Amino acid sequence: MRTQSTSLRSKDLLGIETLTPEEITLILDTAEGFKEVSERPVKKVPALRGQLVINLFMEASTRTRVSFEIAEKRLSADTLSFAASGSSVEKGETLIDTARNLMAMHPDMIVIRHKYPGAPKMLAERLPASIVNAGDGAHEHPTQALLDAFTIRERLGRLKGVNVSIIGDIAHSRVVRSNIHLLTKMNAKVTLAAPPTLMPAEIEKMGVRVVQSLDEAVQGADVVMMLRIQLERQGKLSFPSLREYYNTFGLTPDRLRRARQGVIVMHPGPMNRGVEIASDVADGPYSVILDQVTNGVAVRMAVLYLLAGGHPAE
Amino acid sequence: MNLLITNGRVIDPSQKLDARLDVLIENGSIARVDRKIKANVETIDATGLVVTPGFIDLHTHLREPGQEHKETIATGTLAAVAGGYTAVCAMANTVPPNDERAVTEMVLAEAVRNGACRVYPIGAVSRGLKGEALAELAELRAAGCVAVSDDGNPVFNAQLMRRALEYSSMLGMPVVAHEEDANLNEGGVMHEGFYSTLLGLSGIAAASEETLVARDVVLAKLTGGHVHIAHLSTEGAIDVVRAARRKGVRVTCEVTPHHIALTDESVQSFSTNFKMNPPLRSKEHRQALLEAVADGTIDAIATDHAPHHFDEKNVEFDLAPFGVIGLETSFAVSYERLVRTKVIALSRLVDLLSCGPAHVFNLPGGTLGEGSAGDVTIVDTEARHQITNTFRSRASNSPFVGETVHGRVVATIVGGMLRYDGRAAAAATAPKKKNRR
Repeated sequence: MRTQSTSLRSKDLLGIETLTPEEITLILDTAEGFKEVSERPVKKVPALRGQLVINLFMEASTRTRVSFEIAEKRLSADTLSFAASGSSVEKGETLIDTARNLMAMHPDMIVIRHKYPGAPKMLAERLPASIVNAGDGAHEHPTQALLDAFTIRERLGRLKGVNVSIIGDIAHSRVVRSNIHLLTKMNAKVTLAAPPTLMPAEIEKMGVRVVQSLDEAVQGADVVMMLRIQLERQGKLSFPSLREYYNTFGLTPDRLRRARQGVIVMHPGPMNRGVEIASDVADGPYSVILDQVTNGVAVRMAVLYLLAGGHPAE
Repeated sequence: MNLLITNGRVIDPSQKLDARLDVLIENGSIARVDRKIKANVETIDATGLVVTPGFIDLHTHLREPGQEHKETIATGTLAAVAGGYTAVCAMANTVPPNDERAVTEMVLAEAVRNGACRVYPIGAVSRGLKGEALAELAELRAAGCVAVSDDGNPVFNAQLMRRALEYSSMLGMPVVAHEEDANLNEGGVMHEGFYSTLLGLSGIAAASEETLVARDVVLAKLTGGHVHIAHLSTEGAIDVVRAARRKGVRVTCEVTPHHIALTDESVQSFSTNFKMNPPLRSKEHRQALLEAVADGTIDAIATDHAPHHFDEKNVEFDLAPFGVIGLETSFAVSYERLVRTKVIALSRLVDLLSCGPAHVFNLPGGTLGEGSAGDVTIVDTEARHQITNTFRSRASNSPFVGETVHGRVVATIVGGMLRYDGRAAAAATAPKKKNRR
């Protein structure tokens, strides 16, 4: 029997890969309590009062940044956000120098989004502050996977044994990597589908099933998670046209019928309507896409709270 | 210039020699290799040590002229002799590149002035390393270049590669090929495989190397030229080379110590000292390299010593330049990973570090035959030590810092001159042993 975790082992959250199932459960359980906070008239708890959290967003992001900022404010932390443009990064400062300069102002946590894999780890190895990975290249996006798991658990009541099919640009997705780590650790069954040009090498070794058609992936799925096609990559030989992509891998109400009864449809956003997902599905009865966004705040509150040393029993 | 090395285990594969002998160097050349030589000259007692022909590195980036913040001819050759190398072949991708006689002459003059070992320049294949028009290969040869290469870049234009092979065959020197398809590897920073998928880093497919090796073997056959495959790293490339050899194509190849010792699994640390090109491959490719080393397909171990400044490497993995240093760790790493693991015998390792390289580029040395250059390396194969971040190279971008290895260079003799003396250092850090031979 595993004992229940009451705290996280690391000062940082760099990815799901290094978390234990108990730690994942701890974060999800803690988030349930925080979800209730967001429904109160006064949406604030004093858990992080007096703590400084810096949001270092070196790559464009709206949803994730806003979600972290709201989570920090609801925990009463002092927060400061800045983006790569308009900062000394444009003047040629290295990431390490930027971070060391920020560190000189004694933040307790740094939330970082960066276009290159491993950047949060670089900071974590060099700085005493807690580092939270808000997405590093195509590597990991741990809080996204946690909020996805929270949403699945909320809707389906469990993670174990759930059939999750993830469809789209697997190759360039950090969301899919974090989700695979999390779902396989929690004994869910993961199926991936994409054109072979968007399927990275040897990914089946991560413990997932790989299929080549949307229909095959949707068949029997409890959860269908659609990934964004990165329009800026168009013309880079991955597939011939958006039209053809929609016809082969776009999720329509008709194609969703193969899924299990009670299926939920997820998308980490931002969506390209009419490319990977039809509006009828995105706005339809099975969609939990906006629940994901709502739950993101609660999950990020839980992560920040636990990294700051909080215990769920308090 | 006179020196006597006594009582060492002399291993010289060029003469099929492996025996306890003395080596006498007179006037910078090997005078005699025999039992119990008596001579009234400076003497090195090599009891318990191994004496070999000096190591020769076919693939060194000395960075001078132009990038002296990374390395210079002086510091690079100091690193070389500390690693047992008595000669290094200096790659052409300096700033400006070695694509004309004046640069070759500058490198050679600086090597004579401030170098600790012999330096053999490698000229560029194409002007400005641009892969468009041939450099003046005959001029480069006349000035002292021993081979030509656009290393750092492939010669991507097949017609240019054909012409280079044809033209250099007239000059009796090989074309050293950096094999990488510039389209297939676009944006890649590590080997494409499970670990690139896990880490979300862009991959460099093995096919990127394999396709160009296949092309160049075909071109070598067509032209009769000699193509030497630099830093070979893939199973498919080995298969191509083996098949071509059987048909008599003039193709030779080298591997690096880091491709022998490491795999792409190491990149999980995101340490930029595991970023090089070609990248660390999967364990299947590494296994194929070990087999090729053992069966004789590989002609030489070459370091691809690629020094970079600390600041250049202290960045995100994607942004760091490719390359690691290797001169000072080459012997110990190769000994640890090839000889101690019984992949090959010690004499085969000496062949790969000395005789093989000399043969491939047709260089002096690589032998202790009477009358040959007095270039000798003395090593202690028993010495166990940890590789530390204290290099003679100006750079420290080594993937081996912290590793414990056996094998230490004790002395390096170039033309009869003791250019590196590690006896004191070896004694100071040697673990205490009662039965030291």
